[in-house]
Amino acid sequence: MPDGSFSHPQQRSFNPYTENGGTILAIAGADFTVIAGDTRQSEGYSIQTRYAPKVFRLTDRAVLAVNGFAADGNMFVKKVKQRLEWYRHAHAKDMPLRAIARLIQTMLYAQRFFPYYVYNILGGIEEDGTGAVYSFDPVGSYEREACRAAGAAQSLVQPFLDNQIYFKNQQAAPGQSHPLHLPLSDVLSIVIDSFTSATERHIEVGDGLEMYVVLAKGRSAQGLEGGRGVQELTTRTDGDRVFVIRRELKKD
Amino acid sequence: MTSFYSGPGFDFSNTVRNNFLQDRGLPLPKATSTGTTIVGCIYKDGVVLGADTRATEGPIVADKNCEKIHYITESIRCCGAGTAADTEFTTALISSNMEMHALSTGRKPRVVTAMTMLKQMLFRYQGHVGAALVLGGVDVTGPHLFTIAPHGSTDKLPYVTMGSGSLAAMAVFEAGWKPDMTREEALELVVAAISAGIFNDLGSGSNVDACVITANKTEMLRNFVRPNERVTKERSYGFRRGTTAWKKEQIRSLIVSEEVVKHGEAMDVS
Repeated sequence: MPDGSFSHPQQRSFNPYTENGGTILAIAGADFTVIAGDTRQSEGYSIQTRYAPKVFRLTDRAVLAVNGFAADGNMFVKKVKQRLEWYRHAHAKDMPLRAIARLIQTMLYAQRFFPYYVYNILGGIEEDGTGAVYSFDPVGSYEREACRAAGAAQSLVQPFLDNQIYFKNQQAAPGQSHPLHLPLSDVLSIVIDSFTSATERHIEVGDGLEMYVVLAKGRSAQGLEGGRGVQELTTRTDGDRVFVIRRELKKD
Repeated sequence: MTSFYSGPGFDFSNTVRNNFLQDRGLPLPKATSTGTTIVGCIYKDGVVLGADTRATEGPIVADKNCEKIHYITESIRCCGAGTAADTEFTTALISSNMEMHALSTGRKPRVVTAMTMLKQMLFRYQGHVGAALVLGGVDVTGPHLFTIAPHGSTDKLPYVTMGSGSLAAMAVFEAGWKPDMTREEALELVVAAISAGIFNDLGSGSNVDACVITANKTEMLRNFVRPNERVTKERSYGFRRGTTAWKKEQIRSLIVSEEVVKHGEAMDVS
């Protein structure tokens, strides 16, 4: 009412969430994992920034990609990192990947009725040295998979991954079978092609690409060290290793 | 016996059914929208029009290289933003009517004529024909540039922008426009304005189309600048023959064998 009285009921609304576009994906190999995301952050038809990372190194064997509401994503990564630091102080070692996955589940479900508006994909190396991908919904349901895409272009990328990684709808040549895991170079090519194609057909995907590669302990870094746009992020020399590869994507 | 006559104009026979379906929770299909950057700019001897080439359906790119500068007459062109079908059909209809008008008057038609026909049509449909237009051209009275909003209101200005990228493009015009520019200056400014839309507005993208109209010549510069060529793929995705599984195989001969039997007397061809 103009006079400020409360004689009539009034309704006000405030929506604390927004959607900031972008896409993430992760693919597990036999002894490595690739976790990637584009770097565009948008709202509606506007680009907020062309470089906002969505993929974060947690430990030397774990990388977390977050997509959805950017503010929630950043806050969630911050809190996961904090919990991992406390774990290090208490146990003098990094938390294993499967334990990080369970931690993320409990942290997400703790916010069951005011959720983090975020899809998480956790990738890295398991304690047995195998590559692993864990994907989560916003309230903590999760499973371990070989590959997963999430975000704006999930519906464009996931079917492509199903075909190229799981060989769905592809019959093997007579007397042969499809490989269970692809080599790193093939996986990287598939990741790059996923993002260049998503950039072509989805308006919220583009600007830059960050691909994190986690290599199991003792695996050779074949061609990764000193490659174009490659940077190593590992803190210790005797364990699993983390690399990041940066590429440009189209900016329109 | 059903009648096959259909009256002139739009067919509203499905509206009752569609409103019923909408009430039952079945939404109407989404129309392709040219979430767009379109601009126009008057210079010393004419008009330059510009447009990007992206057409979208929500967040998906429907066409990476569509044409948004439509033909009205030889020296009048119209850029369209909004619902793609509406911009195409309205400009085509007005183009047709302008040709008829030229034929019946025996004169070169004027830009105001096209503008009036467009605004009267759009006003009649109260904004339901979702066309936002930039109309430009040169006639006997000189160069003219208009914008026409979906409800039928018009503006006459020396430089105009429309579509979702209109703010990005107008920022460039406000920074760089000056009166009596040369053809090269005007074209450069239009390209800069469209480029601002392409790179800063998610609804716009791909290439720059331009159109330079002067009193005695119209140049349609299709894909004048192409700053967004697709990069080559890392892998090739050919599939081995036999990749697709099948349940049964049946091969039919498509060759029809035919026997010619002679019948009666042969024709006299001597």
